[in-house]
Amino acid sequence: MNILNLVRLAIRAMQRNKFRTFLTMLGIIIGVAAVIAMMAIGQGSKQSIQASLSSMGSNMITVIPISNTRGGVRLQGSSIQTLRMTDVDAIRKMQSPDIVGISPVVSTNGQAIKAENNWPTSIQGVDVDYPDIRQLKIKDGIMFSESDVKSFAKVCILGQTVITNLFPGGENPIGQIIRFNKVPFQVIGTLVPKGVSSFGQDQDDIILAPYTSVQARLTATNYLQSIYTSAANETVSDTATKQIINAIRISHRLKNSDDNDFDVRTQAELISTISSTSSMLTVLLTAVAAISLLIGGIGIMNIMYVSVTERTKEIGLRMSIGARGIDILMQFLIEAVIISITGGLIGIVLGVSSAQAINIFMHWPILISEASIVLSFLVCAITGVFFGYYPAQKASRLDPIEALRYE
Amino acid sequence: MSKKIVEVQNVKREFVMGTETVRALKGVSFTVMEGEFVTIMGSSGSGKTTLLNMLGCLDKPTEGNYLLDEVNIVKLSRNELAKVRNTKIGFVFQSYNLLPRTSALENVELPLFYNPSVTAHERKERALKSLAAVKLGDRSDHMPNQLSGGQQQRVAIARALVNDPVMILADEATGNLDTRTSYEVMAMIQELNEQGKTIVFVTHEPDIAAFSTRTIVLKDGKVVKDSINENKRSAKAMLEGLPVTEDY
Repeated sequence: MNILNLVRLAIRAMQRNKFRTFLTMLGIIIGVAAVIAMMAIGQGSKQSIQASLSSMGSNMITVIPISNTRGGVRLQGSSIQTLRMTDVDAIRKMQSPDIVGISPVVSTNGQAIKAENNWPTSIQGVDVDYPDIRQLKIKDGIMFSESDVKSFAKVCILGQTVITNLFPGGENPIGQIIRFNKVPFQVIGTLVPKGVSSFGQDQDDIILAPYTSVQARLTATNYLQSIYTSAANETVSDTATKQIINAIRISHRLKNSDDNDFDVRTQAELISTISSTSSMLTVLLTAVAAISLLIGGIGIMNIMYVSVTERTKEIGLRMSIGARGIDILMQFLIEAVIISITGGLIGIVLGVSSAQAINIFMHWPILISEASIVLSFLVCAITGVFFGYYPAQKASRLDPIEALRYE
Repeated sequence: MSKKIVEVQNVKREFVMGTETVRALKGVSFTVMEGEFVTIMGSSGSGKTTLLNMLGCLDKPTEGNYLLDEVNIVKLSRNELAKVRNTKIGFVFQSYNLLPRTSALENVELPLFYNPSVTAHERKERALKSLAAVKLGDRSDHMPNQLSGGQQQRVAIARALVNDPVMILADEATGNLDTRTSYEVMAMIQELNEQGKTIVFVTHEPDIAAFSTRTIVLKDGKVVKDSINENKRSAKAMLEGLPVTEDY
């Protein structure tokens, strides 16, 4: 018997017992629908959790000069002058795909002044990548450009706290000139407020300016306080860290026996939070999926056993007119697979539409991935084969003489 | 002239039931030539069911040889036996054994499904021809529950004919039918026999044996009588001789 005939035969057998076929399918339908809907909700919330964690800068890698000992006196990191632009260039030169942004940071404290208002704050001398690395967004105006950096331009971007204190009347700061420690800077942009960080630090009390301008006009230094970089994503964070360490070690001409004279810090805690949240969700969903499909599969096995017993005489007849064991095996196996695949397809439709309904009526974020659909479909087919095999094998091993006499 | 279809040589069959060994056949030998209509008779326990299973290639002898159409069945595997059943034997059962909720045509087609050399087109053509041969050409789309017992048995005969077997093996084929319909069925079998089909008919009813050309009687696992039936009765004539029943 060829496959086409077997499929037709199976469909006819299913039609003969429509209601029972439907009940058998129901287990699979509910199982698959549950899996698809759960995965859509789970992945949707996972994605939104990940997005909010990423906005905290989970990809960020910072390089700071390490607290070093000079003649027995331990020096504070910021007073160490080992981190230079050559290190930034060394990291840039690697052109690693794992590192997507890099910016030197030179900062200094001082008094920002505008007309009769003044405010004690700090200015960050940075490069153009800095807002992306820190997940800072420009609200009004523009970020300064590379040519501003090259030309030591006296331009700056203001955080919300600085704006509130320098422009209490609420006038537009864009285009205005402020002074920082007597050096005039033109405001070309403002930042979207970020609020207070988890460490109680006001993240909006910030002025950004080209690092060249800060170095030349304010600090009169040529070293950096730190280097900020950003990994392409959380998973390559470790690789990127290793690459950065190598680049700086070479740039600092450290011997193999030397310790690092700098420290590279990642957001390890954030990363582990993200990965544990995602893996917990994945485990939970996989468990639900497995249990639902297991129950559906047992349903199929149960009905197929009943079907084999009920059709013993038919099996005997088929064998007596020339069906081989394999023909009978295939007949029942294909029936089980068709039941599970049909149930799976209905389940996919039901699952996708219920996920959409949840999204529309309850406003939960959902993400229907093709992978989850393909996966649950494959699992269905495998379930059909796995749970259909034993009843089918039982059928194929019947003795035709006894099967024919079965009442 | 005609060839040997069945050659049973000193066949023995034993069943082990717990500690006891039941000897169902104790050395049976006979030959059936092409075109013969043989009835195998015997009371229950005579071994005729065991012999039937053997002749139908559903079972193999413990000892001895069975040649069907010059092929020694004893040496064949389970799958090879299935192929022999598919191509050389047409079964007719007491309880018809038609697939329920399946049309007469599809029931007749069934053996050809298991023969990969028959195309879908040929399958349908042969099934229709076979149904026409049992005079049910106009009932091909009827389900078994829409047919009378006699008609169902004729569908079963059509199914046995469809693979053009070397032998039709009937097991109490009239056992479930009343006198009139059983004569009808016997008339049909006689007609097939007259067209040259070899028929082996297992029964315990002596008046059925009267329609055949030869009778083999089994008792306690041995052939006790093997006789040519000199005055074969015609089932058709008997049917005409029956009083006209009042059809309801």
